Amino acid sequence: MSNYVFRMFGSSPMRPLQDHMGKVHLCAAELVNFFEAVIAQDQARITASQQSVVELEHEADKLKKSLRLSLPKGMFLPVSRRDLLDMLTMQDNIANKSKDIAGLMLGRKMELPESIAPLFLTYVKRSIDAIAQADTAINELDELVETGFRGREVKVVEKMIKTLNQIESDTDEIQIQIRSIMFKIELDLPPIDAMFIYRIIEWVGELADLAQRVGSRLQLMLAK
Amino acid sequence: MEYAYIFIILACIFGFFMAWGIGANDVANAMGTSVGSGAITIKHAIIIAAIFEFSGALLAGGEVTQTIRKGMIDTSSIAGTPELLIYGMLAALLAAAVWLLVASYFGWPVSTTHSIVGAIVGFAAVGIGMEAVMWGKVGTIAMSWIISPLTAGVIAYALFMSVQKLIIDTPDPFASAKRYVPIYIFLVGFIISLVTMFKGLKHVGLDLSTTQAYLFSALIGIGMALISKIFINRIKHEPSEDKDFHYTNVEKVFAVLMIVTACAMAFAHGSNDVANAVGPIAAIVGIVESGGEIAAKSALPIWVLLLGGVGIVIGLVTYGHRVIATIGTNITELTPSRGFAATLAAATTVVVASGTGMPISTTHTLVGGVLGVGLARGIGALNMRIIRTIFMSWVITLPAGAGLAIIFFFILKSIFS
Repeated sequence: MSNYVFRMFGSSPMRPLQDHMGKVHLCAAELVNFFEAVIAQDQARITASQQSVVELEHEADKLKKSLRLSLPKGMFLPVSRRDLLDMLTMQDNIANKSKDIAGLMLGRKMELPESIAPLFLTYVKRSIDAIAQADTAINELDELVETGFRGREVKVVEKMIKTLNQIESDTDEIQIQIRSIMFKIELDLPPIDAMFIYRIIEWVGELADLAQRVGSRLQLMLAK
Repeated sequence: MEYAYIFIILACIFGFFMAWGIGANDVANAMGTSVGSGAITIKHAIIIAAIFEFSGALLAGGEVTQTIRKGMIDTSSIAGTPELLIYGMLAALLAAAVWLLVASYFGWPVSTTHSIVGAIVGFAAVGIGMEAVMWGKVGTIAMSWIISPLTAGVIAYALFMSVQKLIIDTPDPFASAKRYVPIYIFLVGFIISLVTMFKGLKHVGLDLSTTQAYLFSALIGIGMALISKIFINRIKHEPSEDKDFHYTNVEKVFAVLMIVTACAMAFAHGSNDVANAVGPIAAIVGIVESGGEIAAKSALPIWVLLLGGVGIVIGLVTYGHRVIATIGTNITELTPSRGFAATLAAATTVVVASGTGMPISTTHTLVGGVLGVGLARGIGALNMRIIRTIFMSWVITLPAGAGLAIIFFFILKSIFS
């Protein structure tokens, strides 16, 4: 015998979504350690760090799949199901991109020219800051349900998203600086290496972009 | 009436079994949100349900019982053959009880209200004749089945919004909760006692005027608010618990409100659903006592309500506790603040329906309340498929109750005549 009043409550996707973002954040944050190892040219550490990125990405993937399965059609949610699933995909792309960055750099045994190395580390850290900020904002989802997506709590989250946007534009500026240094030294580098460094610059920037898009999706949810 | 005592004894057995079924099966639905919100333990739920289902049945179960007893059948057409009504009422009880058993066995959601109303209309329309059914009254009852979940939904939405405005969306929600929760508790006590007293407690020897009813209800409300205030003041703010979820401490204050609301819900459920079991008994006893005359104005004997109340409690104690245990103590999506809004909305609607003699489904009303909070974006996820199943259940329950009642009616008729 089952209690129907009990069964009418589905499992809320908010906590799992928060957990997924937490995992994605961990995965991307490992990149700081990875880049430090690249700059120090510590092969063992590079390999180990890339391995952790892959593992964390894999764990995030599992969380993503189980959350998708727990969100069948016919669930009545306080936010649109479409927005939730899109948000999940964007979060997951952050982990994928982190894995790609570490994978490519390990695979091509890439090194960073000394003249951009310190700035590059700042660049990576700032991108991770954006992800951390997105994580903080996502963590307010259960509070948003508690407050029915109204009032002060909404303002708190909106402020977080504003900060997130600021962090993202910081990364844009750092990217411009790195590119201008690269422009000066690129002729001294093996052309293929230079090309791949440009690609990594782009991808690290995309991490911050994705974090920002997670934030704007959250903003859409507030407005429903 | 040669079989008078056999009829009464049979009615009591069937009715008691039905009451047992309500206690065993239905009470769990009424207590679902209270236990699920984590505010009360299963053990407390059973104690609360036992006390308040019984008092609800005894103190406020009269009106609906009268409706089931004589509100739906026009007895003028069978003035000469009162035994037909006796067979019919016995058949209706048996049909509703059997349907309750079958549906429970297969795990289908059941509404005891729908099955007994379907059964009575069924035997009257087929066994006696279409003109024997008071279609106007039956239509009103059917309307109330649509209106009650809607009303509960609207009240729940409003309650939830008021909670947001007064407590959650304030600079210090914990302090606001401590200030306003006793006022909500006053309202719970006031409304439930007022509706109960308005409809009269003459049958338990209390004859109150309107002013007295207001006065006593206010006193009960104030008393409850004061007692709860003592408990609320004991709750200490633990900042460390708010780290993960910022409203943990606030919800602890709401838990006190949820306990009071659970009592109101059990009371409301008892007051409405006892009639499904004892309404037909009352009808049969009425006919037999008046020596075969179908008395239209006889009073309701209190022992009938007592029997129903005891039956519900025994059902709860012997079997219902197991069904309640399946709820588990925690539906994570249902914090006490929303559990309260949904449950109080349902309890209020059901008590008012009890006062006006409308037999409605407690479960449907409660689902309406939960949906109201859901529409206010207050619940993480609601399974619409299950909700549809719950509402659709009456579509099957009505003809099933009617069909079974018709079969039993003709069987009983051929046995006794």
